[in-house]
Amino acid sequence: MLRRSESGLAGRWHADCVTRRMSAPLPFPEDRGGPAQPLLRLNGLKKHFPIRGGMFGATVATVRAVDGVSFAVRKGETLGIVGESGCGKSTTARLLMRLMDPDAGEMVFDGEGVGQDSQTGGIALKDYRRQVQMVFQDSYASLNPRLPIEDSIAFAPKVHGVSGPEARQRARELLAAVGLSPAQFARRYPHELSGGQRQRVNIARALALQPRLVLLDEPVSALDKSVEAQVLNLLMDLKEKFGLTYVFISHDLNVVQYISDRVLVMYLGQVAEQGPVDAIYDRPAHPYTQALLASRPSMDPTKRRTEPPLTGDPPNPINPPSGCRFRTRCPYAEAVCAERAPVAADLGAGHEAACHMALPGSGHSKAGRLAA
Amino acid sequence: MSEILERPVVTTAAASPLITMRDVHVRFVTRDRTVHAVNGVDLDLAAGEVLCILGESGSGKSVTMRALMKLLPRTAKVSGRIEVAGRDVTAMSEGELQDFRGSDVAMIFQEPMTALDPVFTIGRQIAETVQRHEGLSRAAAMARALELLELVQIPSARRRLEAYPHELSGGLRQRAMIAVALACKPKLLLADEPTTALDATVQIQVLLLLRKLQEQLGMGVVFVTHDLGVAGEIADRVAVMYAGRVVEEGPVGALMTGPLHPYPRGLLGATVHGGMRGQRLTTIPGAPPSLETVPVGCPFAPRCTEAEEVCTVGEIAPRRPVPGRMARCVHVPAE
Repeated sequence: MLRRSESGLAGRWHADCVTRRMSAPLPFPEDRGGPAQPLLRLNGLKKHFPIRGGMFGATVATVRAVDGVSFAVRKGETLGIVGESGCGKSTTARLLMRLMDPDAGEMVFDGEGVGQDSQTGGIALKDYRRQVQMVFQDSYASLNPRLPIEDSIAFAPKVHGVSGPEARQRARELLAAVGLSPAQFARRYPHELSGGQRQRVNIARALALQPRLVLLDEPVSALDKSVEAQVLNLLMDLKEKFGLTYVFISHDLNVVQYISDRVLVMYLGQVAEQGPVDAIYDRPAHPYTQALLASRPSMDPTKRRTEPPLTGDPPNPINPPSGCRFRTRCPYAEAVCAERAPVAADLGAGHEAACHMALPGSGHSKAGRLAA
Repeated sequence: MSEILERPVVTTAAASPLITMRDVHVRFVTRDRTVHAVNGVDLDLAAGEVLCILGESGSGKSVTMRALMKLLPRTAKVSGRIEVAGRDVTAMSEGELQDFRGSDVAMIFQEPMTALDPVFTIGRQIAETVQRHEGLSRAAAMARALELLELVQIPSARRRLEAYPHELSGGLRQRAMIAVALACKPKLLLADEPTTALDATVQIQVLLLLRKLQEQLGMGVVFVTHDLGVAGEIADRVAVMYAGRVVEEGPVGALMTGPLHPYPRGLLGATVHGGMRGQRLTTIPGAPPSLETVPVGCPFAPRCTEAEEVCTVGEIAPRRPVPGRMARCVHVPAE
């Protein structure tokens, strides 16, 4: 693939933007619960997809894409979500964005129930989505090919009642903020940009509504390494500049370690482990997290491994194993693992692992050894 | 399973290298434009060696590899010398190529689902290759297919012979494709990002399997990747490509710890790894050049922080400061 030269470095702001505050055509959403209240809290979120078959379209099986996921996103942090394909990370993202409705569970955004009406202390979806925006992996598919990028960015503010000229003015400021010169790029179409530039446009569009939470679903996976670093630097800068909170979904463990404050490890639709980034990477408690970290290829040819940490592929989420879902690949699995699903064991400082070995008195022969 | 391993595959061909590429150029010519994808590549591979071609998208790594098997479309104009196992690939006829592909050289791809035929069983697809190249009976070919599935460590291999590609998981499909490629014990295996689409825990399994098979069968392997970690895990030697040229080449350990050329140095600096939290990532400014014209001088010069006047005029000759290492950069001492 050929690409045009990319203008400017990540983080090299348009001089205008650094010196004066950007115009704010929309009122900035105000903080309600104070810094201690999580920005977003999920409780027991579930999403099952029926598989229909047979003559009358009866449900023959169910994909348990997200099966009882609970976590909180704190204000101002970056929460990384890692896992392999089929673990439910993208479904979680779509649920967070309410691009689909959960089958069960509740979502609370800064103290307000998402999707409930305001009389019962809730927040309407339109207001919620203004404050929560998303950046997708495929930078080309997520832009309208028939709109100049400036109009794509100005689209959502117009829906929310900002006048056309004002929205376009703001779009140009945002283009500058993501390192694309408005004079050069504003009227271009998505196909005239390189992958890295398009991803910058997607980021600018996500920021157009002045959101508080930005969901990044594999935002750098399709980019080359040198461009990936530019976009990661940009994301760090924007977070500070606009006071954002990120949920960063990726399969790349190194990138997640770099950007996250806390990390959530998912396996087959459930949370295997979550905690502060250093705890997860230095003291992983769940055998799956340990294997995932050990599977990273080493850049040092003298430290090549000889045996893979895990054998086999992740099982199909249609018929997940009973009890602990990881037990079919786990080297420490015992009878108790097949009988009961482990509950999350608290390992201190917000570090939790859903493993019988982490839980004292669970019946596993190694139970409780991991607890602090 | 043992039978396939016992047959001597490499006949002490140390004298004749497996691959010799000299000054290879590939241009894609269409009515609208010409793209200079590969601009003067020299590569050598000894029998039983693993070479990683490392580069970003558009660097010409896949085109270089496809040229080795003459798998490029008609719009591609190839020049230069390409020899594989002592035979001139550029001069081969269509019939000769059909004998050559699959028996001497085999290839595995990134996407097993599109590389395998969805309407035939795995066993049938392996047997077909064996029947075509070795003239075995159908029963004997199926027996070989079973051996191969066991060789690539597919569990319950006998049952999997009858499976269609869509019935297998991603990791098993990739193993099945490797089995097809190894069916006739090729001297050279070409691998085009075969682990990129796989999950982390499966990727390491396939990498380790490929390394083991390469050692057992004594194949030469050209492995194309954009992932430095994958190269570190499997390569003996690494060739870094940029804008259709090999800018640096050397043993994997030396290249990963002390790259000579500013481009691999930048690439290593831009690659996120543990312990970089909180630091600002070093980036390579700009983007690779358009290949509609052949870059003059060093193609990396416009993005290079050490570029000087001399970098933008004339061809930068390869420099070899120590035996076995090469870099095309004026700042590298010529020896």
